[in-house]
Amino acid sequence: MTPPVSRGFRGRRTDESLSRRVPPGQYVTPDFPVLSAGPTPHQPVGSWSFEIRGELDEPRSWTWEQFNALPSERITVDIHCVTKWSKLDTSWRGVSLDTLLDNVVTRAEHVLAFCDGGYTTNLPLDDLRDGKAWIVHEYEGEPLEPEHGGPARLFVPHLYFWKSAKWVRGIELREDDTPGFWESYGYHNYGDPWKEQRYTGD
Amino acid sequence: MERTAVHRRLTWQFARVVEGVTETARTKSIALDAADWPGHLAGQHVDVRLTADDGYQAQRSYSIASAPEDEHLVITVQRLDDGEVSPYLTETLVPGDELELRGPIGGYFVWQEALGGPVLLIAGGAGVVPLRAILRHHRAIASEVPVRLLYSARTRADLIYRAELEDYDTVITLTDEHPEEWNGRTGRIEPNLLAETAWAPAERPLVYVCGPTGFVEAVADALVTFGHSPDRIRTERFGPT
Repeated sequence: MTPPVSRGFRGRRTDESLSRRVPPGQYVTPDFPVLSAGPTPHQPVGSWSFEIRGELDEPRSWTWEQFNALPSERITVDIHCVTKWSKLDTSWRGVSLDTLLDNVVTRAEHVLAFCDGGYTTNLPLDDLRDGKAWIVHEYEGEPLEPEHGGPARLFVPHLYFWKSAKWVRGIELREDDTPGFWESYGYHNYGDPWKEQRYTGD
Repeated sequence: MERTAVHRRLTWQFARVVEGVTETARTKSIALDAADWPGHLAGQHVDVRLTADDGYQAQRSYSIASAPEDEHLVITVQRLDDGEVSPYLTETLVPGDELELRGPIGGYFVWQEALGGPVLLIAGGAGVVPLRAILRHHRAIASEVPVRLLYSARTRADLIYRAELEDYDTVITLTDEHPEEWNGRTGRIEPNLLAETAWAPAERPLVYVCGPTGFVEAVADALVTFGHSPDRIRTERFGPT
């Protein structure tokens, strides 16, 4: 169907030099909005750990100290939230999932990330490999603030940002796919911003 | 956490503007006739899409202000001075105009009677919008679950739904104004005010907090510090940090 013209609406176009970087239906904001379903957990790093469990021979786990001793990367990339905002050239530091998953042999094709506060999100394991995903603990050169997911969050910038689970504590490798928190409430199971996969059926 | 599976495809549909009601200098309620609206739960939101004459489109999410039982679907929009969509919705749109919407969206920040209570609604500024939908739904179904609204606004002139809210168990606090004749509270929502107006943690109230990020962070942190269980606190944040 042809959408009706909104009488008198002009809109504010994204600068043409940037528009190629902005997925359909998104607008660019200089702000960093916070969206969370409940109170912000305040997890002391002394009792923090990151775990890989589920479909692998031997679960793996890192304390905060061990995690920080791993080689980290600086990532500068655009992020896209399903609530329509995109933020360009955000800068993060974290450990690649390739490092954490190194030598893991598994039949799993799916992952469920789990977090302090009970949040979960599901992704294909392939989307965490080959330089596409990190566990980040710094934003713009500073320790990641709790309201933005600190001490550490999953970072999968090629998908809508709800997949980049805040306060992440680990991933579960699974042979079957199970919907996470927002995925159970009608948000898209995969969430590719370039295909505008916001909600179930998009 | 209970799951309300919404696995229908959400398609864009037309809605016609029935009425615009100026709530405050910056906010307007827009009543819509949406013939194909599938219904919603109190607390959900809706995506609105506008199309310019050259095909350019912009979309935004708005909280639904009406109860599922209300005749029209209502959104209450706060005008952001540097906004792209909100100035159009609050200033240009008139009854008879059409826009596109799809929804309902979100299934966690909702209240249904089966969730029980007591229900404590805490609003900062325009965060009152989805909570008003919950109040109206609660009344429409004649629920006996105790419900109370704690509403923080800058001044009396910033109060949305002021007259309507007098009809509910509401505590209002003003942060930027201390009127002489005022039977509400003044100042921010401090732990003392929460202790006075909230149910005790032992009563396990179900709490909905909606407002700007800083407001929600402060209130949710205070509730947790008081001993309210984080899994009884549902939040919705908006605005820049």
